[in-house]
Amino acid sequence: MSAGTLYDKVWELHQVAELPGGSTQLFIGLHLIHEVTSPQAFAALRDLGLTVRHPERTVATVDHIVPTTSQARPFADPLAEEMLATLERNCAEQGIRLHGLGSGRQGIVHVIAPELGLTQPGMTVACGDSHTSTHGAFGAIAFGIGTSQVRDVLASQSLSMNKLKVRRIWVDGELQNGVYAKDLVLHIIRNLGVKGGVGFAYEFAGPAIDGLSMEERMTLCNMAIEGGARCGYVNPDATTFAYLQGRPCAPAGAAWERAVAWWSGLSSGADAVFDDEVRFDAALISPTITWGITPGQGIGVDEAVPTPEQLDADERPIAEEAYRYMDLLPGMPIAGLPVDVCFIGSCTNGRLSDLRAAAAVARGRQVASGVRAFVVPGSEQVARAAEAEGLDQLFRAAGFEWREPGCSMCLAMNPDRLEGREISASSSNRNFKGRQGSASGRTLLMSPAMVAAAAVSGHVADVRELLAAPAPHASCLDSEALLSATCPP
Amino acid sequence: MTTSSFPIGPVRTVAGSAVALSGDDIDTDRIIPARFLKCVTFEGLGEQVFADDRIERAGTHPFDRPEHRGAQILLVNRNFGCGSSREHAPQALMRWGIRAVVGESFAEIFFGNCLALGLPCLQASHAQILALQTLAETHPATAFRLDVDAARLHSDAGQSWPLELGPGPSQMLRSGQWDATGQLVAHDQELRDTAARLPYLSMFATA
Repeated sequence: MSAGTLYDKVWELHQVAELPGGSTQLFIGLHLIHEVTSPQAFAALRDLGLTVRHPERTVATVDHIVPTTSQARPFADPLAEEMLATLERNCAEQGIRLHGLGSGRQGIVHVIAPELGLTQPGMTVACGDSHTSTHGAFGAIAFGIGTSQVRDVLASQSLSMNKLKVRRIWVDGELQNGVYAKDLVLHIIRNLGVKGGVGFAYEFAGPAIDGLSMEERMTLCNMAIEGGARCGYVNPDATTFAYLQGRPCAPAGAAWERAVAWWSGLSSGADAVFDDEVRFDAALISPTITWGITPGQGIGVDEAVPTPEQLDADERPIAEEAYRYMDLLPGMPIAGLPVDVCFIGSCTNGRLSDLRAAAAVARGRQVASGVRAFVVPGSEQVARAAEAEGLDQLFRAAGFEWREPGCSMCLAMNPDRLEGREISASSSNRNFKGRQGSASGRTLLMSPAMVAAAAVSGHVADVRELLAAPAPHASCLDSEALLSATCPP
Repeated sequence: MTTSSFPIGPVRTVAGSAVALSGDDIDTDRIIPARFLKCVTFEGLGEQVFADDRIERAGTHPFDRPEHRGAQILLVNRNFGCGSSREHAPQALMRWGIRAVVGESFAEIFFGNCLALGLPCLQASHAQILALQTLAETHPATAFRLDVDAARLHSDAGQSWPLELGPGPSQMLRSGQWDATGQLVAHDQELRDTAARLPYLSMFATA
C-alpha cells in the first residue's frame, strides 16, 4: 500500500465518507464538462429532481464537435448544433460558466482549464473524458469519468471511487534534441504496455521530469490513460508555480503565498512508499512512432516494424491484426512510409510549445505534394498567441492549413476526418482502428515536430535529421515582409 | 436486440445464452465509433454497437449471427473497454441486450461505467475464458446462469466456473446500491465538512 505520496495526501483530503459497498465518496474540486458526455447527465439530473450542487466549481466549454473551418452558427451539421445548443441551455439553467465559441477562452477542455489557471495542485479534477489525466501535470488527481458519474458530480460534487495503487515512473537523464515529451510517453507505454497501468496511478518523477515544462508535463500525463493508468501526475514545483502565477483563475496577492505554501506540502515525501517503481533513461529515447493499432505498438523512428518473433507470445495476436489493418510487413523500416494526411493538434499536443516545435521544422520548407496538412490550435488563446508570433503565417507559407480550435481529427466528431484507407501522421493520442473517422483509416502517432517532418517529407522521417540540416529557404523568413507568399515553392 | 428493460435494484443473477468476442484491447471506439456519439440521448445505440467491425465482417460478426440473437452474457479477453471514457459503450452493449460481461480483464473507466448502470463485469482466467468462448461458439444454445452472489457461472449442462468480482462492486450490485447518486447526495453535512477543509475552494482567502 502506498503511503505519503501526493496521491495519498490528496485522496485523504477529499474523502467525504465510506460508502456501504466499501468504496470511498471522494469530493471533486473541479468538474469540467463538454457537449458530448454531459447532455444525458443533465437529463438524468432533471429526472431525479436535482440541481447542480456547486455550479461555481463546474466549468464548461465546447470542443469535440466544433468545425475548424467555419464556426458560424448554426453549424452545418444539425446534430452538432443540437449538442451545443443543449449544452448552452443546460449551463444557462444551472448557472454554469460556459467558455463558448468566440469568447476568447474556448478550446479543448484539457487545454483551457490549465491556461485559465483553473487546474491547480492538490485538486481532484473530473471530466467526462478519459484525457482528464492531463491535469495531473499540476499535481492534481485528475481522471476521466462516464456520463452516470458526470450526473453524480453534478448532483453531489463527489464520486464513489476505489483507491488506486501508485507506481512511480522515475526518468533519469535528459531528452535529446528532437525528442519530446510525446516520445517519452510513447516510449513508456511501449515498455509497460497499454494495460500495464490498470489499477495504478502513475507518478512521473526524476531529473528528466523535473526538467520538463508544464506543457510537456501535460503531454506526458495526458497519455497515462493510454498506458491503462486512469490518472498520472507530477509533483508540483517551481515550474508549476511559475506557470500558474498571474493566470486569470489562479490565486493572487496574499492568497498566492498561502496557496504556494499549501501546494508545496502536497508533494510525495522522501519517505513516500510506492506500490511499484520502474525506471527509464531519457537520453536513450529516440523519436517514437506507433506502427499499429494500439498506443503501445510504438518503435523508434530508426527501427523496423517488429516481427512476431520479437514480441511476447500474448502480444502476437494483436500484432497480426495490426499488420493486416495497417498493411505493414514485419521487419520493414518505418522511416520512409508515405503519409496522406498530417494533423497537428489535440489535447495531447495542441499547445503553443507544440506549434512552435512543429513550426521550427516547417519553417522555410513546403508540405510535400499530395499531402493534406493542417494545424488545429488547442484553444482560442493558443491560436491568438501563435498568430501574434506569426506561426499561422509560417505554417500557411509552408502549405499547412491554419484552423480554428477544437478536438478535430483526433476523434473526427467534426468534419475533419480521414477518407478510405488514408494514413495519417498525427500528434493525437489514439491510433485505434477507425479512430480518425474512416473505418479503414490508419494513424501513426508521433510528436508535432515529427508530424511536421512527415508533412514536408511526404513520408515518415527522422526529425533530428531535418533539425540538423538548414531549411532550404530559411533565409526567406529573416524578413517579415517575405513571410508568406514570396518564398519559392 | 432484446427489449428487456435496464436493471433496477439488486443485480444477483443473469441468465441467458452467451456471445464470445475474441481479442485483447478492444477499445470503446470499436464498441461504439465516435460518429454515433453525436446525440443528446442514448437511444438507438444498440443498433450501432460494433458498427465498423460488423460492416467489415459482412454479417459474420458474432453480434450479427442469428444463433447469438438474444444473448445476455458477453465473453471477452484482456483489457476490454480501453480508451475513451464514453458511457455510450456499455449503453450500446446493454441496448443490444447484454446484461453481464465475463472477461480476462477490463479497463478501469469502462468497468466503473458498467457498474454505474448495473452491468456486472466479472473476471475469469485466460484458460477459462478460452474454454467458455469455445463453448459459446460451438454450442450457442447453451444456457448460462451467472450468480453474482457466489461469483460463479453455471451452464445448463451442469458445468460451473469460478469468477472474480471485488467485494465493493459485488456488494453494490447485490444490494442494489450500484446507482450511487442517492447515497452521495444524502451525505450533505459530510460534503460541507470536506469542502470546509479545502483551502482552494475559498481561493486561499484565509491562512
